[in-house]
Amino acid sequence: MDTSRRDFLMLGTKMFVMTSAAAAAFEHVLAGAPEAASAYHAAGHWWAMVIDIEKCIGSGHCVRACKLENHVVDEPFYFRTWVERYHVDPLDMDHPAVDSPDGGIDGFPETYPDGRTTGKTFFVPKMCNHCADSPCTQVCPVGATFRTNDGVVLIDKDYCLGCRYCVQACPYGCRYIDPRTRTADKCTLCYHRLTKGLQPACCETCPTGARQIADLKNPDDPIHAFLRSHQIQVLKPQMATGAKVYYSGLDGSVR
Amino acid sequence: MKSFRDAAHLIRLAVLFAAGLLVFSVARAALVPKDFGTLGHYRAGAIDDVRAKPIAYAGQKACAECHLDVVDLRAQARHKGIACESCHGPLATHAADPGQMTPARPEARPLCVHCHAANTGKSTRYPIVDVTDHAGDDTCITCHKPHNPKLS
Repeated sequence: MDTSRRDFLMLGTKMFVMTSAAAAAFEHVLAGAPEAASAYHAAGHWWAMVIDIEKCIGSGHCVRACKLENHVVDEPFYFRTWVERYHVDPLDMDHPAVDSPDGGIDGFPETYPDGRTTGKTFFVPKMCNHCADSPCTQVCPVGATFRTNDGVVLIDKDYCLGCRYCVQACPYGCRYIDPRTRTADKCTLCYHRLTKGLQPACCETCPTGARQIADLKNPDDPIHAFLRSHQIQVLKPQMATGAKVYYSGLDGSVR
Repeated sequence: MKSFRDAAHLIRLAVLFAAGLLVFSVARAALVPKDFGTLGHYRAGAIDDVRAKPIAYAGQKACAECHLDVVDLRAQARHKGIACESCHGPLATHAADPGQMTPARPEARPLCVHCHAANTGKSTRYPIVDVTDHAGDDTCITCHKPHNPKLS
């Protein structure tokens, strides 16, 4: 049989398309359906955090709750969330003084040690920003950290080598090496709670409601009303990380 | 036709390369978890690992299921927006089996002070006290009932 060039190309294209489709289908079969077993569907959510600076009183409830909920190492330099206190001097607005005694876990001293009284002072709770385009996941050499389809950056403790690339890559200083496992660790946005329909421990215990978990894909989430009526800002927007911790009332001096 | 000179060298090289490739493919297939790459460049099972962690804080809904008296007491109080576990601590074990674990009463003074001590960073609208001056050595709950703190 004579085969024309056209027939040959058509046949080749068909075979190519069909094999890749079959391969894709087969891969799906191999993987099973990982989320079919539970009622939680990642694709239906897009998680973020909204922090209202004006409501934060620096009580440290979030820091303590986070440590208890997630069994974060007790020493006062391992934090998944911590609170900073900024003091902005009106004569030097570009260089705020920041203190965060033990991450604010026991609150803050009443005034600054140097007794200054001018300027303004406010609290800034900090945590993993669960960036949509996170630098930390991009540098991981083994695929041990990743962003889920519902917008939460997680760590695979079994896969992590403890190489610390991600610790250096995070522009917000949110990662540390857990001395017990020697793997990277950070805020999971209490993913084990979110997927059970509970809010993160920090939001649960915040006495003033300064921290609010937000499901931006859920049209019924009250956060949409909040976002409409408040000006929000993320930390280090110039880094283009797609940070999803949205601050309301954030001062420009915050780094 | 005269064969390519020293072809045996190239064939040996090709065989070695093929063998190396085979070893790599087999080892890779054996070592990479089946679920790696199904959702992205990571092990899909890692998500379930994170989800499997136990909770420590039961959540406000769990508290309100039983402690209706306190819910009613707090309904009009200024502390109504604060979750029970904010002061009482993580109580998922108590919520799961109330008989197994009874929470200790929180120590009032250090707890109240966390929020109500004066601080330069607090909004002027927020109720603060001078801790040393306000009540002397008395504990806060001598006068203020924590669930409904306003003095009537």
